[in-house]
Amino acid sequence: MITNQIGKPANRVDGRAKVTGEAKYAAEFSAPDLTYGFVVSSAIAKGRIKSIDASQALQLDGVLQVFTHENRPGYIWGDKNYQDKDSPPGSPFRPLYDNEVQFSMQPIALVVADTFELARYAASLVKVEYVTQEFDTDFEANIGKAYVPEQYKSNPPPEPWGNPDEALASAAVKIETEYAHPSEHHNPMEMHASTVVWGDGGKMTIYDKVQGVQNSQQYIAKAFALPMEEVHVISPFVGGAFGSGLRPQYQLFLAVLAARELKRSVRVVLTRQQMFSFGHRPKTVQRFALGASTDGKLEAVMHDAFAETSKFEDYSENVVIWPGVLYHCDNVKVSHKLVALDVYTPLDMRAPGGATGIYALECAMDELAYKVGMDPLEFRLKNYSERDQNEDKPFSSKELRECYRQGAEKFGWNKRSKEPRSMREGHNLIGWGMAHGAWEATQKPAAAKAVLSADGKLTVSCATADIGTGTYTVMTQIAADTLGMPLEDVTFKLGDSSLPMSPLEGGSWTVSSVGSAVKAVCDKVGEKLLKLAQQMPGSPLASVTFKDIIFADGQIKLKNNPAQGVAVTDIINQGGFEGIEEDVSNEPDKGQSNYGRYAHSAVFVEVKVDEDLGTVKVTRVVSAIAGGRIMNPKTAKSQILGGVVWGIGMAMEEETVMDNNLGRFMNHDLDKYHVPVNADVHDIDVIFVEENDDIVNPIGAKGLGEIGIVSVAPAIANAVFHATGKRVRDLPITLDKAM
Amino acid sequence: MRSFNYTRAEDVGNAVSQVAADKGAKFIAGGTNLLDLMKIQVMRPSRLVDITRLALDTIEETDDGGLRLGALVTNSDTAYHEQVEKRYPLLSHAILAGATAQLRNMATDGGNLLQRTRCYYFYDTDTPCNKREPGTGCSAIQGYNRDLAILGTSEHCIATHPSDMAVALAALEATVRVTGPNGERTIPLSEFHRLPGNTPHIDSNLGDDEIITAIDLPAKGFADHYTYIKLRDRASYAFALVSVAAALDMEGDTIKEARIALGGVAHKPWRKPEAEALLNGRQATRENFRKVAEAYIEGAKGYGDNDFKIELAKRAIVRALEQALEMEEKS
Ligand SMILES: Cc1cc2nc3c(=O)[nH]c(=O)nc-3n(C[C@H](O)[C@H](O)[C@H](O)COP(=O)(O)OP(=O)(O)OC[C@H]3O[C@@H](n4cnc5c(N)ncnc54)[C@H](O)[C@@H]3O)c2cc1C
Ligand code: SF4
Repeated sequence: MITNQIGKPANRVDGRAKVTGEAKYAAEFSAPDLTYGFVVSSAIAKGRIKSIDASQALQLDGVLQVFTHENRPGYIWGDKNYQDKDSPPGSPFRPLYDNEVQFSMQPIALVVADTFELARYAASLVKVEYVTQEFDTDFEANIGKAYVPEQYKSNPPPEPWGNPDEALASAAVKIETEYAHPSEHHNPMEMHASTVVWGDGGKMTIYDKVQGVQNSQQYIAKAFALPMEEVHVISPFVGGAFGSGLRPQYQLFLAVLAARELKRSVRVVLTRQQMFSFGHRPKTVQRFALGASTDGKLEAVMHDAFAETSKFEDYSENVVIWPGVLYHCDNVKVSHKLVALDVYTPLDMRAPGGATGIYALECAMDELAYKVGMDPLEFRLKNYSERDQNEDKPFSSKELRECYRQGAEKFGWNKRSKEPRSMREGHNLIGWGMAHGAWEATQKPAAAKAVLSADGKLTVSCATADIGTGTYTVMTQIAADTLGMPLEDVTFKLGDSSLPMSPLEGGSWTVSSVGSAVKAVCDKVGEKLLKLAQQMPGSPLASVTFKDIIFADGQIKLKNNPAQGVAVTDIINQGGFEGIEEDVSNEPDKGQSNYGRYAHSAVFVEVKVDEDLGTVKVTRVVSAIAGGRIMNPKTAKSQILGGVVWGIGMAMEEETVMDNNLGRFMNHDLDKYHVPVNADVHDIDVIFVEENDDIVNPIGAKGLGEIGIVSVAPAIANAVFHATGKRVRDLPITLDKAM
Repeated sequence: MRSFNYTRAEDVGNAVSQVAADKGAKFIAGGTNLLDLMKIQVMRPSRLVDITRLALDTIEETDDGGLRLGALVTNSDTAYHEQVEKRYPLLSHAILAGATAQLRNMATDGGNLLQRTRCYYFYDTDTPCNKREPGTGCSAIQGYNRDLAILGTSEHCIATHPSDMAVALAALEATVRVTGPNGERTIPLSEFHRLPGNTPHIDSNLGDDEIITAIDLPAKGFADHYTYIKLRDRASYAFALVSVAAALDMEGDTIKEARIALGGVAHKPWRKPEAEALLNGRQATRENFRKVAEAYIEGAKGYGDNDFKIELAKRAIVRALEQALEMEEKS
């Protein structure tokens, strides 16, 4: 590939639209006679609705209807119809299905009115009587009832290898330790919203905040028994999602229900409080028993995870695969059990399982390194894994050593004094900590379409999403690069269910999956162009094959003689050109599965902890990333910076607090649920080490959405230990725990 | 929207008579607290009397050498006012430790004193809360109470008053000037807010039909030795877990007068003059500071999640006094 676009720090092609407000989000689309729905949320955690009285609300002029389980239409069928592409095993929640309340803040009614303000007011007049039942929301109290699910949502935990029990018993150095982190909510800036535009003959155009328009399309078609063609879902811009948009959320269902019943256009936007009423990162408790030799060789690893799920679906994520990816050890045993609570089902949140599993593993390993008396970085080098031991495969590529080297050098790790509490500055104890991490580099099937029109402009499309990650930009770069065009001549379209098939936008696989499809479809256009060029009189390309040419500077050129070529405009301008249209449906190469495919990171952190007051300041972070080919260093850096900032939040601030008397998350707004602010964020250095990988996917990029967060929280926690000599084993590390 | 009347007050007398005539009426100034609470139906006034056009937006010297802050002066204008910065830097620092620049540009000094608690349950109308709905019970005592009070609590409510500004005003011994149907009166800042007792729904001793017209600062501003420490769960844009306003009047190494006020620990800015008096005439040493801190926090009671505040408050007092003494390292 000629890299005249790839690897360049191109500005976001949608940047201008975003900063000028031209970019429209789901709740900003309108329609004539638009009506507004407001969700009534359950006040109790579990029980039955005895009665629901909407008469007062309905009396208000301008209130059109109040939908409840009592008057919902009868076409709602079995629970399997509510499954979407990201559903865990189990029985999906069905809004307004019956009078049962399964979790606090469950949507129990939708008030539809002429204005948003009226709907909101009317919602407060809906009177609900409940019969309450006992509920389980206390994770610790229910951990004894943890179970192995019949089916894991993600892969089942890897089978044990070696002889872990014996190896642990005979290890010279051992530790047993436990780490916990709380439930967390995604809290994207944009609230979940759906605007359903009611069209002629009942055709619906749905603007939805989601990470997969085709997932919403299929969900609505199935739940309402509609032909797919009648459901058109559009989502050009997404104001952050972080996984919260992987599943269609209930506002979509309710908006469609209301639109169909009223035969009107309806918009439903959740409140910030209601953003705490669905999926979240599950609380987990992780137990470790680790053994090593006196010289720091890892001899046994046991890692048991206990993670929250709901009573109606078995959500799980890959929490315990990380020892087998990140360390070499001959004796390993892991397990993953679920603790079912009366809450909504957890949901993938940026690096699901990775942010959590790697946090705990990396803190536990830090403890072991101290116990052995080894520098934490040396310890990791000593136990460096050359193979993915979970599946006993080689890595497609792994430049983690280079991450260590460059990261440590930039940070000045070699100047670290080993003992905890050995560095200080006035009231502040200074700590340096590190951690490493990995994230899956997956490619999924994806399709794309390309149209080269007679005016020389290229339009490429796929039904993927851009949740702020830079998909528009990077896909434009890949297409432009493949056909040697300037960025301005290329348009990439996404976020429309009628476009070619896309996987969900998640898992850090968009660049690899959609990008590979974009490249493939542009190659097809290129082949067509070559054919046309060859038909031109006196064509210098007459006898060459596709392998012999390159696309650069708007021309098809001979690879071994770039001075010889044909301009694409000349091909187009010859008689009879009607444009070129190509489609591809791209599958990952089967050979990929012979390899463990991961992006890697090493993160070095400095903290200052006020010895008396416990306040922790993360003064420096160096994050070194091996993420394959970097398509756009600017958007790439933004992803990693965002991951670091979120890691700071995860380490020190984020926690959704369950009140177990009420069975309700209580800090459900952004005043009380803390994410980092500017003042929490200080120096951050991002390094991308060179990593070539032609196995992972055709474009060699590994995806950067998640690798940026995974090692940040443990590096901070380890730095806090180095500063204070105190191990805080449950996140977040708030000042009361550090003082 | 829940409908309400909106009227504009022409002068102070008119403002007072408008609220006196309508029991459900509320003044609206910057609206940064009241409007939020109205949107989530925690407050449901029948009438908003807009006082933003009243001529209460100036800062002027008083006859006794102090400063009078008009009730409608914004928090920003107060914090950056030349006289306030110079003579009452403690107040500037406390104000700037609160909220954000945008909010402080809207928020008024009068409204700041009357902002309502940030207790989680107070904000959620689906939960019991005596302050929001008297008699329903207090969810926080047995529930989540990390942010809540350790001093002066009652079995009915353990909420805190969230203002930073008021903590500095308490240390400076400001007085609040109010006007009601029967004319003017003044209320010392330390008596302005109440403890929850068995009437947690009443935050202050201001009558329903009274308006704050100004806040008077006495002449003594402690500009040489002061500090405001705010400890919170992130570096900015969060309410205090514990805050301390400390001010010292020094004569050599000896303390002539010490003032300490605490925020984030009680239903009002917390003063304990008898503990402060332990420092008068004493040497400014860490041991003496710790003694005062112990005396200051004596009788505090934790409710589980907020137990840590008891020790934290003591350490914060010591640190604040040290900083006030040294006059460096402001946080
Ligand atoms: C996100 C956020 C973060 C914040 N963080 C902080 C913080 O860290 N520290 C902090 O101290 N504050 C903080 N605040 C609170 C802020 O300081 C207050 O909302 C503000 O000071 C209130 O002033 P206002 O003029 O907007 O009051 P309004 O909202 O207009 O009124 C508040 C109350 O005071 C009454 N009132 C107003 N003026 C008068 C008067 N002259 N006489 C009688 N009654 C009157 C009103 O009737 C109403 O009941 C924060 C607020 C927000 C929204
Ligand atoms: S502490 Fe006060 S404000 Fe909070 S729930 Fe109890 S009564 Fe309500």
